[in-house]
Amino acid sequence: MSYTLRPDETFGVDVESTGYLAEHVDTGDRWVLNFGPQHPATHTTLRLVLELDGERVARCTPHIGYLHSGFEKLAEVLDYNQYVTIVSRMNYLSPVSNDICWHHCVEKLFGIDITPRCKVLRTIMAEMGRIQDHLLCIGAAALDMGAFTGFLYGFNPRETIYDIVDYISGQRFHPDWTRVGGLMKDLPDEETFKRMVKNFLRNDLSVAIKDIENLLNRNRIFLDRTVGIGKMTMEEANAWSITGPLARSTGIRRDLRKDAPYLCYADNWDGQGAEAVKFKVPISTDGDVFARYQVRCEEVKQSMSIIEQLIDNIPQGPIDTFADSKMVKPKKSEVYGSIEGLIQHFELIMTNRGWQPPIAECYGAHETANGELGYFIVSDGGPRPWRVKTRPPSFINYSIMAKLTEGHQLADVPAILGSLNIVAAELDR
Amino acid sequence: MTQSKPNLEHPTFKIVKDSLPASRFRATEFRGQSTLIVEPADLHRVMSFLKSDPRCAYDFLSDVIGVDYLGYPAPMPGRFAVIYNLVSSSRDDRFFVKVFLDPSKPTEGTEQDPALVIDSVTDLWPGAEWTEREVFDMFGIRFNNHPDLRRILTWESFPAHPLRKDYPVRGRGEREHYRIVDRTSS
Repeated sequence: MSYTLRPDETFGVDVESTGYLAEHVDTGDRWVLNFGPQHPATHTTLRLVLELDGERVARCTPHIGYLHSGFEKLAEVLDYNQYVTIVSRMNYLSPVSNDICWHHCVEKLFGIDITPRCKVLRTIMAEMGRIQDHLLCIGAAALDMGAFTGFLYGFNPRETIYDIVDYISGQRFHPDWTRVGGLMKDLPDEETFKRMVKNFLRNDLSVAIKDIENLLNRNRIFLDRTVGIGKMTMEEANAWSITGPLARSTGIRRDLRKDAPYLCYADNWDGQGAEAVKFKVPISTDGDVFARYQVRCEEVKQSMSIIEQLIDNIPQGPIDTFADSKMVKPKKSEVYGSIEGLIQHFELIMTNRGWQPPIAECYGAHETANGELGYFIVSDGGPRPWRVKTRPPSFINYSIMAKLTEGHQLADVPAILGSLNIVAAELDR
Repeated sequence: MTQSKPNLEHPTFKIVKDSLPASRFRATEFRGQSTLIVEPADLHRVMSFLKSDPRCAYDFLSDVIGVDYLGYPAPMPGRFAVIYNLVSSSRDDRFFVKVFLDPSKPTEGTEQDPALVIDSVTDLWPGAEWTEREVFDMFGIRFNNHPDLRRILTWESFPAHPLRKDYPVRGRGEREHYRIVDRTSS
């Protein structure tokens, strides 16, 4: 079977003249290795065709699409509330961030302002999603290099996050927690939620992060495997549309929470002059696998501080925007208790009724753990979107994989792959 | 819901119009997002101008989006659209460029259509490679000068471009009729 082995000269890397390959004696017999689609180090289903010269990777061709399940086609038959269930299944490492981003875009299209209480809860959970995602990436990066302990250090606190998500939404893994103009439901009990979150931050996460850093930061083996591996420059990252921790590890100062603030990252989020949450955006300039690990560790700490700032200041008030805006599903008590609530409920639920958004196109984006996650919604004025295009950070970040691996050893491939934090369900959609 | 009139005050509109007087443009805006509609033949020139001109400096291509408007309730200048999502990192500004294309052949299959071809921007932003491949895979819009225009999410012999509106959600039985490879024959 023959493969079109790409990338070639157009990517600016000439494999033949790259330094590390020149040191290697070319025996004249390059061979092709199939890495994946089923392989423990690929995390999910993706495949790399590697042309090897000895143990050096001469060319790398990623093949994706093994998990393609038509998510964007499904968006055209599901309404604005139903599609949230699909969205959480894209990046399943931080599903709650996807929910929040999706409904942010829908609300932007509809022109809805959400309530301050909803904003704070969404911000807290978006940061939880970031922690969840980064912990897996850090842990799995260690696992791919043989440090099983690091993986467990990362996974234990993730369990606690699942418990919190379970508590607020009723589902552990795929919360589907947001709705147009609000949330699925208010917190069952605010004090319990606060206690769970504080307990998680102060007892579980802070210990775990310290353990991971003690284990890896000065670990000879880890450093040898990560420093100088998979290097990316600032110009490359910009030209290849890279966002998120990958871009920030090369020195690009770009974070949508600062550049295009939304939720509680914007000033005056409650309409009464509240200040935006304070946090720093960690930047590294090395651009290698180790720099990405460091940026992620620092981001977890910044997320902890954001949650600490908000957890004691959850404003009281309704969770949904005013029901008379005709955009929000009424509460169950109103549906069963009043004729207006019942009518409003049916207006939104009947298949031939539903939302009446403007006939327009709208793009909204959030800074999620992997980078800029955005949805481009084309609306035809009906209850279901005409077309939804996801801007999947995994997909776009993965396109540089071939370039990063060339000239490295075969054993570096899992290290680089792990540092890109590819989620194949989002990659293939 | 009432539609407000688009606000076409975005400074880039004027810069592009003044600097490229030979080209025809249209402009639209919604919720603060400005879109410049260009003719397919002008696309590469406009994109290259938007990237290099210091007043625009859209140095970051965030995404390439394909849309099919078959049966869309509002009148559109063409059936297919390709939308480029540009960001200027120095000015924190997002800007959209849109191209409309009309097919000249039936769109149910994968027939190559000379009307559905535009210039690739991979020479300006190498990151457009995969996003353009996705547009090709899903809508059958081809890109000139693309280094590696293959399907990306579906397989090579897939007999349709699935995000076109004339392709049914449940498919046309590709899964049921796919060739089965067993261990003895491979």
